[in-house]
Amino acid sequence: MSLRAGAAIVGVAESDLGEVGPGFTPLDLIGQATSRALDDAGLEKVDVDGLFSASAYYHMPTLSVGEYLGIRPRYSDATNMGGSSFVSHLFHAASAINAGFCEVALIAYGSTQRSASGRLVSGSEALPYEAPYKPRYPVSAYALAASRHMHEYGTTREQLAEVAVAAREWAKLNPKAFMRDHLSVEDVIDSRMVSSPLSILDCCLVTDGGGAALVTSAERARYLAKAPAYLLGAGEAHWHRNISQMPDLTTSAAAESGPRAYEMARLGPEDMDVVMLYDAFTINTVLFLEDLGFCEKGEGGPFVSGDRISPGGELAVNTNGGGLSYNHPGMYGLLLLIEAVRQLRGECGECQVADTNLALVHGNGGVLSSQVTAILGSEETL
Amino acid sequence: MAEDVAAVGAPAEVYRSYLKKGKLGFQRCRGCRSAIFYPRVLCPVCGSASFAWEESGGGGTVYATTAVYHRDREPHNVALVDLEEGFRMMSRIEGVPVEEVEVGMEVAFAVREEDGEPAAVFVPVAKTGEG
Repeated sequence: MSLRAGAAIVGVAESDLGEVGPGFTPLDLIGQATSRALDDAGLEKVDVDGLFSASAYYHMPTLSVGEYLGIRPRYSDATNMGGSSFVSHLFHAASAINAGFCEVALIAYGSTQRSASGRLVSGSEALPYEAPYKPRYPVSAYALAASRHMHEYGTTREQLAEVAVAAREWAKLNPKAFMRDHLSVEDVIDSRMVSSPLSILDCCLVTDGGGAALVTSAERARYLAKAPAYLLGAGEAHWHRNISQMPDLTTSAAAESGPRAYEMARLGPEDMDVVMLYDAFTINTVLFLEDLGFCEKGEGGPFVSGDRISPGGELAVNTNGGGLSYNHPGMYGLLLLIEAVRQLRGECGECQVADTNLALVHGNGGVLSSQVTAILGSEETL
Repeated sequence: MAEDVAAVGAPAEVYRSYLKKGKLGFQRCRGCRSAIFYPRVLCPVCGSASFAWEESGGGGTVYATTAVYHRDREPHNVALVDLEEGFRMMSRIEGVPVEEVEVGMEVAFAVREEDGEPAAVFVPVAKTGEG
């Protein structure tokens, strides 16, 4: 049984983003995003019978979200493997819909980490074989990967900075982006070092924000308000929890999740019009472009250089400005999906990539740990 | 002589007891001969539950490295070290300025007390001339 084009995303919305102010809770943002996503889809709350969420705030997130929204799901999935969870939720929701266990699934997330503390809120336990050495999580883990990539392939800090600059060029075109001032490679190199070789501008933003996505069967999707974004392929993989257990710091499990998604979709990287990669740090974009087959292993540095992933470049990557410049509310995976759906619908204003019919979304979670790839297509691709 | 893993106690406790004696303990699977770190009760490579503790010779190579910066104090190193026996661990390279720690550097095990607990750290191996 294939999942290919069996389900589609039919409604998407962000909550308010950036800095929402004191007092608002993550559940408030989930409520806001859900209300907007239902309007976007032309669905009612009573239609929702499947609920998917992950959180650093709520120990049993689907219970908290279900209660707040007044949704009584018959299918509930609180899978948490970090920021990729929401791409995984899409995969799992499509599976449940295909199997007949629910008909309309809500995937929801919210975070007030900027207003609450200005720091990443993490529910992570201490890792006993790493904690004594005081890495700064998660950045030090990504810094270790960057150090290895530089050693093996000659990747430079300038090339990593190109990722941040390209993200900023997209963000300049996106009114919802949190950071829209001009940014140069030199600005990134000269910014405060956090965990070498990554400086503060190699790191994603810390913002408030949330989102909601509604998923239903392809049959039902055709009768709703907006053009469906069909799930054509999905794959997930994870190999480690501690960065010290990652087999090869220059190759992530995206090298498995990607091919799984391509195989289901019967497509390859060369077919993608828009590529949304979870850019928690600049090294992520380099690794995922390699692992997902957009360039050879080790060629990610040159690939991102010379404005090739900027607006008007050879490959449209992170067209909202990414976690680096648009928004990154702790876990970012749902916002990747939202942008991909809007690109397929042609709703992205100045960020719109012409003739977009296929979008790849790649979620990352933990410390390069969980990797989830989804391929979305418009009606034309069926 | 290798001891049976089940006979000597909880994996984390045995590791700690090695460190308290100034030694770096790791496990080796009797099934597939893989070196295992961190310590467990099941081999993550082949699934065997039969493996034994061994003492590492302490020689290793820096696999990856970062310097963690602070607003109010000097940066500290965090590194991943590949031990000669075939396992990898997170640690810290001491005795050299943080930005001089390099991937590929040869290092040797030492014990330090960290928040009242013994911790494995590494120091660069001094380069010596021929003969």
